[in-house]
Amino acid sequence: MKKDIILAGVGGQGILSIATIIGYAAIESGLNLKQAEVHGMSQRGGDVQSHLRISDKPIHSDLIPHGGADIIISVEPMEALRYKPYLATGGWFITNSNPVINISNYPKMENVKNEMNNFKNKVILDADKIAKDMGTARSMNMVVLGAASNFLDIPYEKLEDGIKFIFGRKGEKVVEANLNAMKAGRKIAEQNK
Amino acid sequence: MKKLLLLGDEAIGQGVLDAGLSGAYGYPGTPSTEIIEYIQRNPDAKERDVHRTWSANEKTAMETALGMSYAGKRTIITMKHVGLNVAADAYMNSALTGANGGIIVAVADDPSMHSSQNEQDSRYFSKFALLPAFEPSDQQEAYDMCFNAYEISEKYHLPVMMRLTTRLAHSRAGIIRKDILKENEMHLPENKDQFMLLPAFARKKYQHLLSIQDELTKESENSPFNIYQDGEDKSLGIIVCGLAYNYLMENYKDLESDYPILKISQYPLPRKQIEKITSECDKIMVLEEGMPLVEEMLKGYLGNGIKVIGRLDGTLPRAGELNPQIVRKALGLPELPSEEIPEVVTGRPPALCMGCPHIDTYKVLNAVTKQYGNGHVFSDIGCYTLGYLPPYNAISTCVDMGASITMAIGAADAGFFPSIATIGDSTFGHSGITGLLDAVECKANIVVVIMDNDTTAMTGMQDSQVTGRIEQICMGVGVEKEHIRVINPLSKNHDENVKIFQEEIDHNGVSVIIPRRPCIHVYGKKKK
Repeated sequence: MKKDIILAGVGGQGILSIATIIGYAAIESGLNLKQAEVHGMSQRGGDVQSHLRISDKPIHSDLIPHGGADIIISVEPMEALRYKPYLATGGWFITNSNPVINISNYPKMENVKNEMNNFKNKVILDADKIAKDMGTARSMNMVVLGAASNFLDIPYEKLEDGIKFIFGRKGEKVVEANLNAMKAGRKIAEQNK
Repeated sequence: MKKLLLLGDEAIGQGVLDAGLSGAYGYPGTPSTEIIEYIQRNPDAKERDVHRTWSANEKTAMETALGMSYAGKRTIITMKHVGLNVAADAYMNSALTGANGGIIVAVADDPSMHSSQNEQDSRYFSKFALLPAFEPSDQQEAYDMCFNAYEISEKYHLPVMMRLTTRLAHSRAGIIRKDILKENEMHLPENKDQFMLLPAFARKKYQHLLSIQDELTKESENSPFNIYQDGEDKSLGIIVCGLAYNYLMENYKDLESDYPILKISQYPLPRKQIEKITSECDKIMVLEEGMPLVEEMLKGYLGNGIKVIGRLDGTLPRAGELNPQIVRKALGLPELPSEEIPEVVTGRPPALCMGCPHIDTYKVLNAVTKQYGNGHVFSDIGCYTLGYLPPYNAISTCVDMGASITMAIGAADAGFFPSIATIGDSTFGHSGITGLLDAVECKANIVVVIMDNDTTAMTGMQDSQVTGRIEQICMGVGVEKEHIRVINPLSKNHDENVKIFQEEIDHNGVSVIIPRRPCIHVYGKKKK
């Protein structure tokens, strides 16, 4: 078993929480893991990415090679497109469709949508809206994780344990909100299948 | 045993703690910061009362660590690559004093300059100083090597460098821990002149340092981290250093030939293995993260000896970090099928956060300096360097820690007016105070803007040494009290702040303006 995952987004959108939960679930499942992160200057509203590699065999490189990723998971549509060179033939493209427009030259949404539609295997969902409708706008990243959960080859319960592990100290309510957000994302992905 | 999921930096933190650390010293700098942060929040470190607060800069950190080593205890100093320039005086001389308690100098290099102003390779410093160095290829090695590094350090009485690069420092993997070693008892050096570098002593110590180089080479030859993997196809031998080993192994399964490989993770270079691979193979490829140190040594100045390929002949790019696809190409393997970045994708550079106090300060600066034309503001290292970018375009320079103040003095000496420096509170504490002393001494006509956001923001909210004492420091250095002005950078104070800036620009002499408002991230944390 091997899953190479590119996580993408804008600094502050919570991709590291997604990475931590998948990482926790992978380690709990007895798998090997390497996860490269971006710290420092780019975190200030810039583009951020994390390379997450899970395997039952030893993992060498901390970085995923171009053409090697099984999945792109992104919380922002243009950021998802930025990592297209990493995606392997037949890989899955899973992204939030709601843009973060903090630059003056953000492309036309129509063009972004056209590009996204070029992917054969994809799940595109408005995770911000889904989270907001549930009254937990801040759990947008967990909606995206839910949408990707079917493609990870990791038992869903382990991901739930991961949420309990990282949000546990914030209280029962926060854990519940994030579990529900992940469930909602998973449901949408299943409907799209 | 259960694995601990740790960043490379954190693996070093756990490694030194388990190997008997008594004190960690350093200054925050990407990608090294998480070593000390990990030690700071570690319950065992708290229980043992391991020293773990930040130092004013890398030089004070290195010297303080020398003091702890003098007293017989194990210590670590952490910094980014450019921090070693600041600590260089202490580091270079520590090669002669040597260590009593074990010393690890952990330096995290940043090839490709993700968060840095250059990509210098710290291995050159260890070679320059004639000191041993370790270069882990993964997180487990980073952890394990802490034990070996202290052993070598105490066996030869020398500081040992631990060289990391960004992708290891900031990548997580599972670590298996070893048995924990006890901290050293306090004991002074057996030789009472060990730390005395009067010339007569220093000359002897230098001879000694030269004389043990062969022994250090033997240590490398016998190191469990320098691995010779023989291969049948001798048309190429691959010498691969530190992290680059992973990129080689990532592609290894696709290679049709079985080339000999020498993995190097401990320096000085293992001579015996280098001799073997170079004498048996027709050609040598060197894969190293950073600058072509090993490649240059093998090739020689004239390049008329062994046939070596790598960064110098274009087999690999001369600059920037390696990655799996660059190494793949160098090995002559076909690229994996992949597509281009779609054209609609535009750059998203980092920016000052919404509500950042620096934004209001730069608006004031821009309003005041407009009348004088462009290029009047010298700046420094920190979040506020982003003030160069639109829409602010507020500053003109960023060179090294503290250079804003001293460059402003030099420009004022040349007759440039107004000459303004912007520097953050933590950077001021690191290397700005001595520059301000120069300004006072020569009565420079400058305005120094110390942007006090109550923290070291860029590297992730570490305590700043000068919090709560900036005015006293400025007065102590000799700035006149009436020309130290504290303002609150809020848009409602804009007009008043413009007036204050104008008054201090018009003052002929050294003025200090302190825009003071906490970083919004600090403010958010304190509110909770």
